Amino acid sequence: MALTGLDIFKITPKTNCKDCGNPTCMAFAMKVAQGAIPLDKCPHISDEVRAKLDEATAPPMKTIKIGAGENEHTLGGETVLYRHDKTFVSKSLYAVAVSDGYSDEQNETAFADIAKIDYERIGERMRVDAIFVDYASDSAKFLDLVKRANDMDRALIISCSDADIAEKALEIAGAGKPVLSGANASNFEAMNALASKHGIVLGVTGADLNELHDTVEKLEKAGNKNLVLDVTMGNIKDTFAATVQVRRASIKDGDRTFGYPSIVNTARIAAGDRDMQSALASLFTVKYGSVIVMEGMRYADALPLYGLRQNIFTNPQKPMKVEPGIYALNGADENSVCALTVDFALTYFVVSGEIERSGVPVNLLITDAGGYSVLTAWAAGKLSASSIAKFFQEADIEGKIKNRTLIIPGKVAVLKGEIEDKLPGWKIIPSPPEAIQLVKYLRELDV
Amino acid sequence: MAFVQKPQVYKSAINTVELGVSDNKITLGGATVSPLYSFDAPIANAPKVGVEITDLGLEGEPKGIVDYYGDCKTIGEQAKKAAAMPGADFVCLRFVGAEPGEGDRSVEECVKIAKEVSEAIDIPLVIAGCKSSQKDAQIFEKIAEALSGKNVLFLSAKEENYKTVGASVGLAYSQKVGAESSVDINLAKQLNVLLTQLGVAKENIIMNLGSAAAGYGFEYVASTIDRVKQAALAQNDAMLQMPVVTPIASETWVVKEALASEEDMPEWGCQEQRGIEMEIVTAAACLACGSDAVILKHPASVATISAMVAALM
Ligand code: SF4
Repeated sequence: MALTGLDIFKITPKTNCKDCGNPTCMAFAMKVAQGAIPLDKCPHISDEVRAKLDEATAPPMKTIKIGAGENEHTLGGETVLYRHDKTFVSKSLYAVAVSDGYSDEQNETAFADIAKIDYERIGERMRVDAIFVDYASDSAKFLDLVKRANDMDRALIISCSDADIAEKALEIAGAGKPVLSGANASNFEAMNALASKHGIVLGVTGADLNELHDTVEKLEKAGNKNLVLDVTMGNIKDTFAATVQVRRASIKDGDRTFGYPSIVNTARIAAGDRDMQSALASLFTVKYGSVIVMEGMRYADALPLYGLRQNIFTNPQKPMKVEPGIYALNGADENSVCALTVDFALTYFVVSGEIERSGVPVNLLITDAGGYSVLTAWAAGKLSASSIAKFFQEADIEGKIKNRTLIIPGKVAVLKGEIEDKLPGWKIIPSPPEAIQLVKYLRELDV
Repeated sequence: MAFVQKPQVYKSAINTVELGVSDNKITLGGATVSPLYSFDAPIANAPKVGVEITDLGLEGEPKGIVDYYGDCKTIGEQAKKAAAMPGADFVCLRFVGAEPGEGDRSVEECVKIAKEVSEAIDIPLVIAGCKSSQKDAQIFEKIAEALSGKNVLFLSAKEENYKTVGASVGLAYSQKVGAESSVDINLAKQLNVLLTQLGVAKENIIMNLGSAAAGYGFEYVASTIDRVKQAALAQNDAMLQMPVVTPIASETWVVKEALASEEDMPEWGCQEQRGIEMEIVTAAACLACGSDAVILKHPASVATISAMVAALM
């Protein structure tokens, strides 16, 4: 939250002593507010006052790191409630739950899911990000699950409100910097000691938002600001209310106590209902879940969820791009027709989707157009006969593909002649202007 | 210290729009809080779930859907079954086959099908067109006439055909007009302005702000709905206070994740399950952003999404 010059002026001694190199305290305050000079240039502001000011100017939501090494993830640090206001910075993480309270079969399926989901989508590796190991009542079984989860090369969240058992779990998995979740109104001192000892993030829970708020305040007072908040309540409605209110309180209403990332456990509020967990994971991806826990993760769940997450957490100022190159669709080979479009991810998805629907083998050529759509790229000079010719050369299209028919976007049909000049031997045909007409067009195309 | 709750209740509200008649009416809109924020203030009308069927019957539908409709022989029987689907608030009949490139079903035939469906169901009806705006204008006019008095929503009037659709559907037969724009708040507003200038009452307009499957440019859908709802509630923009209906089935079952066979993508597992989750995830995300109604087709998705909405109210 930015402070005004007046806010800063109020904390100066107002003596105009010029020790800071400014003629007046007011002039000094104005420059600090603009960020031109740091506050500590005035030697007469006490450390105590400065600490208070630092607090007031700190971002509303803390940035918290969980996990270690390759499995380290950043949570929080958000400054807006809507992505169009700026951008969301830390994507939601998807965690799969295992527990000594579940059947062996359920735990085995969960572990198998975690191992299985691993693919790439527009330059991002998609995996189950974290494992949520939940303690119910059987400590031996629980510790065994901690051991297995610890061997799976993922960030861990150890959910256990019994400090003695949690300590044993941390002896096993502490090095991987798991989250220790389960601090509450009655055990927070012991849990805090444990988290501090291992230098890890502490997860706080509460029966309701008042209790949660209270416990966080006590932990902060004890010096711990490395927290996440498990906002899972008794049911879906209360959990959604808690998740939204915690985030809104910190970003909009300046409530620093709630300025931490959240954990939302759909496995608890929709136990056994996998479709409902998918729906809720989607809801909480859009609305403020930092870590979203589910009972499992099938490809059927992962494909839409990870795609959604990639969309929601993309920077609105930076269009998503796909890698330029040849994308052989529907089993296309060197003899299949070529179609060219730009590297704007949305264009790529729409065009490739329609081509796939047509079933016609096509070599989709993605050219570097700065991540712009067809018309914007053309207007900006990033899609031209020369840029296409250059791409053909760099990607060695003629060496890789024998077919000599190239479909170009109908929106830039005007480029046909120029492209023919630059690419001798190629037959250039403009497609229909809208992607939805592609299916029929390709099926009827006679080349 | 206790948490200080600061409910955010707006002075403006989303318009309420009724679909259907007498005992079978449903009401969309009316909220004075951000989408689904029932903890801020009660939400007058919960978001609604529609079940989509098409004029092509069960051709090409996944097994779970074919099984659900079982031995339905006519479109009327199928419509009746759709209306009885647990969680269904309305039925959406989509005329895929009216498209000139997809069979070019005649206007008369479309009218006959629409009448059969309307007579078979006891919940409100939504009529969706094909990819041709011109053909839509033709079939909408005649269907609006045939179903006069039934208070049917037509999806949609677009920039290219809003004059004819607005004049027939909205003015001549007082049905509900869906105003469709493609994920852009300014275009959405402009179309609403044009329709109202034409004489269509704003209480008879519903917006379709465009949709996309999760992963397919959904950020544009999310931000457009977010911004429209903020303009409607926080800035009291009367030209953006119409409820939002988002068709989901027609977007989600045609993407690779739902179309790729198990032979082609063995590691992806059950194809039908992929379609269901794509539909569920996309619908839940649209509702989170602010859709006042979503249109789905699989019984499993309809059950889950309607249960989620109920749980949040
Ligand atoms: S050094 Fe401090 S007290 Fe002196 S003029 Fe600058 S701001 Fe004022």
